[in-house]
Amino acid sequence: MDKLLQLLGTNSQFSTAEIAAMLGEPEDYIAAQIKEYEKEGIIKGYQAVVNWEQVNDSRHVEALIELKVAPKKETGFDDMAEMCMAFDEVESVYLMAGVYDFALIVKGETMQDIAMFVAKKLSTIDGVLSTGTHFILRRYKDRGMKLFSSENSADERSFIL
Amino acid sequence: MIDYNKYLNRSITGVKPSGIRKFFDIANEMDDVISLSIGEPDFQTPWHIRDEGIRSLEKGKTWYSPNRGFSALLEEITKYYERRFGVTYSPSTQTIVTVGGSEAIDLAMRCMVSPGDEVIIPQPSFVCYEPLAVMAGGTPVIINTKNEDNFRLKASDLEAAITPKTKLLVLPFPNNPTGAIMEKRDLEEIAEVIIKHDLIVLSDEIYSELTYGGRDHVSIASVDGMYERTIVINGFSKSYAMTGWRLGYALGPAEIIAQMTKLHQYGIMSAPTTAQYAAIEALKNGDRDVNRMRDEYDMRRRLVVDGFNEMGLTCFEPLGAFYVFPCIKSTGLSSEEFCTRLIMEKKVAVVPGSAFGQCGNDFVRVSYSYSLKHLKTALEKIREFVKELKDENNG
Repeated sequence: MDKLLQLLGTNSQFSTAEIAAMLGEPEDYIAAQIKEYEKEGIIKGYQAVVNWEQVNDSRHVEALIELKVAPKKETGFDDMAEMCMAFDEVESVYLMAGVYDFALIVKGETMQDIAMFVAKKLSTIDGVLSTGTHFILRRYKDRGMKLFSSENSADERSFIL
Repeated sequence: MIDYNKYLNRSITGVKPSGIRKFFDIANEMDDVISLSIGEPDFQTPWHIRDEGIRSLEKGKTWYSPNRGFSALLEEITKYYERRFGVTYSPSTQTIVTVGGSEAIDLAMRCMVSPGDEVIIPQPSFVCYEPLAVMAGGTPVIINTKNEDNFRLKASDLEAAITPKTKLLVLPFPNNPTGAIMEKRDLEEIAEVIIKHDLIVLSDEIYSELTYGGRDHVSIASVDGMYERTIVINGFSKSYAMTGWRLGYALGPAEIIAQMTKLHQYGIMSAPTTAQYAAIEALKNGDRDVNRMRDEYDMRRRLVVDGFNEMGLTCFEPLGAFYVFPCIKSTGLSSEEFCTRLIMEKKVAVVPGSAFGQCGNDFVRVSYSYSLKHLKTALEKIREFVKELKDENNG
């Protein structure tokens, strides 16, 4: 029942009673289903989408790092992915189709932090052929949510009839 | 000083302003109102539809359209009615594009109603039917639909309202404000009475894409013997979230559409050109958007119905439109008192059921055309309010 997953994927803050009402299913069934998804690892966790730019004196920089690597004969790209994932600085690891192999989202307190992390830790991994660092300047939209928009979010509908 | 009253038409000045209007004026004066009162989609028009409107402007398509609308649009409309509701119309003689469904209702009333004719209007229903019937020179005859009938129109009630002067029945389903729908067997019973008494039906199907629980809308025009007795009103506002484009249409017998066209051509000329280009795209490629929005409304609907029932304001399950119509009788307040206190004490705006007919007095109209988050906040406030009322009544 992917409607449940869709709903939790956009907002995990609803109570099981509310979700049950919205989907027209019994509450205990929904509760059991969520447990099951959590156990199977289909639901990995619940996080808030934080707009760091709005946090006063937050020290939060992110960059997208492209990696070109030499895949291994036995394990292909998996070993390299495991190695990248091991770093706390690395938020996300994606295998890509196209001109480079991996895209990493790396976070740090300053640009310098990230630059040094790439130079010292990533580019020195055996099998990494080249890296490219792209700093994220502003997150306009993240995980389906608008973080920065010049559009007025207020309800502009008029009271008519 | 000029006394303008002596210039003004008394049949117009005699028409009361809408009861919703009065309530909106209160809401407008206040800051931070949490509204559940608006009767239009919260969604923006899907981008591909807007884009077609923009493209038509870029190409400089800024002239009038033909009076009845562009033939490409008329064709798409008739194809759509055949595909969705199994009724076939001629795009060249039985279809007219109007400025919203409301213009089509007005045209139909003025083309059909002569002084002294009676127009049967089931209530609670949208506020425009009664004044439009009056302004067309007719006499409205109200049928009160009931909560215990799930606010459907009963054939027996219709039969009882018919007199030798009856000409037209307004059939407003899926219904604003109750959310009621009419299913095939309900319509068949109505049809029997209509045919027996030789009447015409004005079927306002503007919410036809918004029905839930697997019950697809049925047009009364598809019922045996009713095709030649039905003027169908529909439009793009609710199904494609296109309220501001102002585009609707009417389908019906060629003889009636011809008269409506005459009126439209003298009074309006033609519907907005840009909107018509966008609407062609909506009908051609908009099914996915309609389904997406319907699914979203459905979740909200269940959440809100459940919320009201839980707080003891019972509400029958609405199967259409985007309103719930909970009964507030248990609070001991009239719908106007309830709404006034709710907005004053909790800054939550819902519309008194009495605005949609006197029989709506024990009910309020709650629109769920809002985000789930907004609905949750509003329900929480209403829950507090109802609890405080209860304590007050007990204390």
